[in-house]
Amino acid sequence: MKVRYYHTMEEKRMLILASGDNVGVLLEDALAGNIAVCGDTRVSCLNDIKFCHKVALFDLPKHTYFVKYGEIIGYALRDIKKGEWVHTHNLDDVRGREGML
Amino acid sequence: MDQVLGYRRANGSFGVRNYIAVIPSVFCANHTAKMVASQVQGTIAFPHPDGCGQHGKDLQQTINTLAGIGRNPNFGAVLVVGLGCERIHADELASLIAETQKPVKYLNIQAQGGTLKAIEAGVRIVRDFAFQLSQQHREPFPVSKLILGLKCGGTDATSGIASNPALGLAVDQLIAQGGTAFLSELAELLGTEHIMERRSATPEVYQRIKEELTHCEDVLERMTKDYVRTSEQAALVTPGNFEGGVSSVSEKALGGIHKSGSSPFVGVLDYAEQPKNTGLFLMAAAGGDSDIATSLVAGGAQIIAFTTGRGTPTGFPGVPVLKITGNSKTYHNMEDDLDFNAGEIIDGTLTLEQAGKNLYQEILAIASGKPTKAEITGHDELFAIGRYECY
Repeated sequence: MKVRYYHTMEEKRMLILASGDNVGVLLEDALAGNIAVCGDTRVSCLNDIKFCHKVALFDLPKHTYFVKYGEIIGYALRDIKKGEWVHTHNLDDVRGREGML
Repeated sequence: MDQVLGYRRANGSFGVRNYIAVIPSVFCANHTAKMVASQVQGTIAFPHPDGCGQHGKDLQQTINTLAGIGRNPNFGAVLVVGLGCERIHADELASLIAETQKPVKYLNIQAQGGTLKAIEAGVRIVRDFAFQLSQQHREPFPVSKLILGLKCGGTDATSGIASNPALGLAVDQLIAQGGTAFLSELAELLGTEHIMERRSATPEVYQRIKEELTHCEDVLERMTKDYVRTSEQAALVTPGNFEGGVSSVSEKALGGIHKSGSSPFVGVLDYAEQPKNTGLFLMAAAGGDSDIATSLVAGGAQIIAFTTGRGTPTGFPGVPVLKITGNSKTYHNMEDDLDFNAGEIIDGTLTLEQAGKNLYQEILAIASGKPTKAEITGHDELFAIGRYECY
């Protein structure tokens, strides 16, 4: 993977919707190496993460529930690293699954 | 109490628009209804593919919907056009609408002697309605007489953060003033049961909500069991939702429920059912944007507040649909279609509280006659009758 050093440490605004959330929401497009910042919380992004997509705030083992708005939005399909982009590739939800309810 | 300007109806309700509706009782009358409406200014036809070959609860839902559209106070007078041999009789539909005491007439194409004669008779009826309605002027009425339908479409992750919370604050303000709002979109409430339980006014209300959601999920399971076109994705979440950062049905639902604010749910309504009291209701409608918007209007909503992250241009005939986005990029990209930018909350240039207040004022302005972007552009594609158990 090509490493883009010049983006390292650049800060990007992040929103944590409720205390107890283990994912934050990027309020700007972020590139790998950028720091997502919300108050005192600083997370180094491991992937490029687009506007309004989610970033893991902690290392989370496989099957951990993802919490946003203080509520469960799905669970981890595999071990998740702090700073990782959280989306359909590593998050699943038992509700409303087509063909697999 | 806050007031807006609207058209007084004989049964004490108020319209925020003053149109004539021409409603076919069956699809066979669509062309005649459209021709009649095209001849008189301020007249809207409601063509649809239903009204015959339907049975039981499905037939009843179509009747309730067509009657509900006719009863909506935004329509000052109604002409029902039937063929004459269909399941939903024109005279029956007309009498359901006439319970509101507004001017209602009906005609049947077979009894008139065919299309051309029916069109002529219809135009003369509607022309007389137009003269009657032209004598009416807007007068002040309290917002407690307003019913606001809540809807979202083209959701992205900004919806749950900005547009839905801002709309929720506006809804809280409307409910505090004695007004009414309908939350709907059953399939997009899966995963919020514990929140609905907290917010139900009585255990009976929650019991009904739980039944509706369980039934909805059962039907979805039955219909999608052997169908795995998108087995890698949850159903009910569109590619645009995913692209916009929404990862699951629960996440979409948890963001979506914010648009109903924080008031208690006082009751649950069937598809197209009109409430008997005021407050916040859950309407048990599901399906696409159009099926749900149609239920909201048939239930009596004079305005629909519609949040969108990706940007959608749609409108409802005769009912203002106010478009609210939480995404500034989308707002500037589709400014011709979107009415309110709640994206400033994310940009940091507007507080959530201020956005809620501004949005409430915008809803009142639109109630008093300010046109929405969708009305100006002529969008009217949201009328579609939901079929029974179609989620």
